[in-house]
Amino acid sequence: MNPGLELTLRLVIVLAAFVVMSLVVGQTEHKVMAHMQGRLGPMYAGGYHGWAQLVADAVKFLQKEDITPAAADRRVFHIAPGVALAPYLVAFAVIPISSTWVGADVPASALFVLAAGAVGILGVLMAGWSSANKYALLGGIRAAAQLLSYELPMVLAVSSVALAAGSVSLTGIVDAWSPIWLLWQLPGAIVFLIAAVAELKRTPFDMPVAEPEIVMGPLTEYTGLRFAFFMLSEYAGIVVMSLLFTVLFLGGWHGPFSDALGPLWTLLKSAFVSVLIIWLRVAWPRLREDQLQRLAWLVLVPLALAQLALTAVWVVLSSQ
Amino acid sequence: MTDPRHSPKKPSKALGFVPGLLKGMATTARTLGRPSHTAEYPDVQPQLPPRTRGVIALLEENCTNCMLCARECPDWCIYIDSHKETLPATTEGGRERQRNVLDRFAIDFSLCMFCGICIEVCPFDALHWTPEFEYAELDIRDLLHEKSRLGQWMATVPPPPALDPHSAQAQEIVAANKPPRAAPEARA
Repeated sequence: MNPGLELTLRLVIVLAAFVVMSLVVGQTEHKVMAHMQGRLGPMYAGGYHGWAQLVADAVKFLQKEDITPAAADRRVFHIAPGVALAPYLVAFAVIPISSTWVGADVPASALFVLAAGAVGILGVLMAGWSSANKYALLGGIRAAAQLLSYELPMVLAVSSVALAAGSVSLTGIVDAWSPIWLLWQLPGAIVFLIAAVAELKRTPFDMPVAEPEIVMGPLTEYTGLRFAFFMLSEYAGIVVMSLLFTVLFLGGWHGPFSDALGPLWTLLKSAFVSVLIIWLRVAWPRLREDQLQRLAWLVLVPLALAQLALTAVWVVLSSQ
Repeated sequence: MTDPRHSPKKPSKALGFVPGLLKGMATTARTLGRPSHTAEYPDVQPQLPPRTRGVIALLEENCTNCMLCARECPDWCIYIDSHKETLPATTEGGRERQRNVLDRFAIDFSLCMFCGICIEVCPFDALHWTPEFEYAELDIRDLLHEKSRLGQWMATVPPPPALDPHSAQAQEIVAANKPPRAAPEARA
């Protein structure tokens, strides 16, 4: 195939899958959260059980006035939503759905995903800094502090898996995966899941946008399409983190009939993880800022280090 | 004295908040499995109990213009106009009779606080509660219901609850079953 055509085709497919999966996760959050609270959630948009609610929301956001505060740093303020969303798209592109279904096959894709995901933080920090609003600034600083402390256990958990597989490529990690990993890498998996929820700034780690304290944090001054971008990046983040968790810890496309149903297994497992992340939001209260730092440095980092040591010992012993 | 902080019922420090977190997840999962509590009102009509205080209906035939309701109304939202009418004697040399005619009976539901005192004080059961509630208006002046509109609500009044077993019969039935008075010809 013509390389230019293939590139365009891949871009379009990745972009479409990214948007569709993010919207599906968003809609799932609406409905699952509603039913967990004894409500029905959206029921009208689109006719059947409000399936088109997020599309309707997007149309509404399009019509809204795009306000930039007078004192804001206009340039930074305007590009911040893009900086928050784009890294997830980049990360999504290199996560394999099956051994052949991958947007871009990068050799060190585990590293690449972590690096790209960390850039997303920058968007939130830019938004908080440029809004010329004390709540936004507080939220931005909280986000930065949170992401700094949770990036470390996350990287440690991923490095444990990479060490076990002997590869920093996500495809290589899944190929080396076997069901015993579920038990052996369990502490790492828990650490990764908690750190992922914290990276996504979702309850119970949503101090950066804690509504009762700091209005909407870095998003306070945003309206219309730019605000919608931030919301989309939250759902996109869930998609990316769920896929990453599936690939790293749940064996990706491994499962019965994995030759034919491989991609389906990956999507099914990551759907399960997404619902789990949504479930945590519904069930749990928000942590305080100091509790959050305490959890990261006193629980997650030691746990991740212990997991790393365990993996190292196992790898050394089994290679002899 | 034992320190309450060291009572044996305290959950162990090692588990800490974990049971609480799991309980929260279990509760939300259980709610997810149950039907939701949402009343889909405009699509599904609510099942209101018969004694719901929706709107007040007027049975014009029972009204004697006694004004008790208007006077007892705490915020004076009932308007009554009436006049006396003289009826000619039905028999030769008989006495002319007077009766009250209701010209206007209106309840201003923008003032009404649905206390139900007018219904309680009406000696002739001319006012009734009905569970209908869909009479919101875009103009507050349209909430003044005149007697024709109040009369239309009568069709929605639910039947009265059944009497308790062995209770006395309703007065209307007792009156209807009484033997008729002796005919006037008998006295002639």
